[in-house]
Amino acid sequence: MSKTPSQFAQYRRTSLYLNGFLLLAVFATLAPFVYIALSSFKTQISLLMGDVWFSPTLYNYNEVLFDRTSDYLQNFANSVLVTSISTFFVVLISFFAGYSLFRMRWPNYVVNLFLIWSMAFNLIPSVSLASAWYGMAREVGLANDYVALILAHITLHLPMALWLLASFFREIPKELEEAAYIDGAGFVTLVRRVIAPLMAPGLVATAILIYVFSWNEFPVALALTNNETGTVPVAIAKYAQEEEIKYTQMAAASVLSALPALFALLFGQRFIVRGITAGAVK
Amino acid sequence: MPHFSPLGKYLSLTPAILFFAVLALLPVINLFITSFQEVTWQAGAKETTWVGFKNFAAMKDDTLFKAGIVNTAILVVVATSAQVAIGLALALACSNLGEKSRPYRALLILPILIPGIVIGAIWRLMYNAEFGIFNLVLESIGLPGHDWLGSSTTALASVIVVDIWHWTPFSFLLLLAAVESLPKDVSEAAKIDGATAWQEFRYVTLPLLYPALAMTFLFRAVIAFKVFDEVFLLTSGGPGTSTEVISFTIFQRFFLQDKAGYGSALSVSIIFVVSIIIVIALNASRKKGEAL
Repeated sequence: MSKTPSQFAQYRRTSLYLNGFLLLAVFATLAPFVYIALSSFKTQISLLMGDVWFSPTLYNYNEVLFDRTSDYLQNFANSVLVTSISTFFVVLISFFAGYSLFRMRWPNYVVNLFLIWSMAFNLIPSVSLASAWYGMAREVGLANDYVALILAHITLHLPMALWLLASFFREIPKELEEAAYIDGAGFVTLVRRVIAPLMAPGLVATAILIYVFSWNEFPVALALTNNETGTVPVAIAKYAQEEEIKYTQMAAASVLSALPALFALLFGQRFIVRGITAGAVK
Repeated sequence: MPHFSPLGKYLSLTPAILFFAVLALLPVINLFITSFQEVTWQAGAKETTWVGFKNFAAMKDDTLFKAGIVNTAILVVVATSAQVAIGLALALACSNLGEKSRPYRALLILPILIPGIVIGAIWRLMYNAEFGIFNLVLESIGLPGHDWLGSSTTALASVIVVDIWHWTPFSFLLLLAAVESLPKDVSEAAKIDGATAWQEFRYVTLPLLYPALAMTFLFRAVIAFKVFDEVFLLTSGGPGTSTEVISFTIFQRFFLQDKAGYGSALSVSIIFVVSIIIVIALNASRKKGEAL
């Protein structure tokens, strides 16, 4: 549609307003991150004085990562361990469960039962689940053990993964599988050569989202770990509970803990958007 | 449809069923049973006594719990409404700009990917009464600073602001997907009929978005209801009980005071109440859908 000059001026004005509004929103979104990043390079005194200009120092990062009294590296390693293992199993289990549920002729009520569980599970406060799991872990002697936290994280994120994958399974045409089947493909070949490649975007989206959510999870990790097995969020919460809060070190620890999210956003933004909207809308 | 041996069909679902039964259903049943008990730990062994409805009866005298209910309700309603409203505005703006809004979309979703604890840490620094950025700015233009989290008049509002900042991107994403899937011809028809931008929004776009807005509100409300991380780091429920929220009350009773029975009773009641609210909300939105 060609525009008259006045329409064009109107269009430019609207687009100016919209850009202005969105720039404001981006500023409001990013400013707190810039603030904490700047704080992490300040000395505690410089932060307390409210200095605007300061000479940046790596002291906080050094303390957080390498000081003998700091468990942060250990906590970071714990987070990587727990998050990686639980994400791997969540994706694996939900993929097979999804394949079985959406492709292998289960009666409707079984499929619905799973989907309703996936929804209803979100209603339960994590703290309630944490308390129940804590009791169980204590009884079987797994309190403060990685195994308990990994199992809890798998359980916690399985419903979401199943819900996500359901929307991706619906998008793969069944005809492709039928064709492969008629051509003599067995179950393993079918999964490896047809389903897995077609589901790859869905699996990547699920894996990224579950990784991020598992990395960020706090109440269950708090309940099921101690100093030695604590994850990154638990470690950062510790800073805030000390008598004299080391604000700049808390800032440095926070910046480090946000790295996985930044990587995810940098390399998997498309998948994240796809995953969040697929999980919620459909 | 391919026919494989039923073995594969059952085997591939078994792990999910195991997790569901042993680690999701069993704990919930456990919570239910424990809510009628008093639990003590003697040298690593669990000892339970049945106390009937005593735990549930105790809830009505629990000032922490009552404050938690009120504050959580305020937080859910205010924060969720703001998130849906701002999210809608952002979604409409992005959709209007089309492809040119890509960079905005990428940057706007950052907060939902950051640990809630870290978001608490960031805002705790910014709210700080002595050196926080808000007070520095206020003082630089000659206004007095304020102890945002430390005063009972502003603590809850401050927490709500953080929740809005944290979760607006979520409703933005959901509503953006909804806005982009709207039929184009309806709004074009409205334009041809001479509708102003406001009329088009008010009488065409908005009614078409009602279902998506309701779903987004419900989704957000459910997550807002469970808020824990930010409160834990920002205020721990204080000052007094001014930012006490339900999840935090359960945490305090169960873990800090080691009252497993009472904590479970709180959990069970909360799960029960939320389920009822959800069922009512879903029914209402379905009826509304039929009426349209």
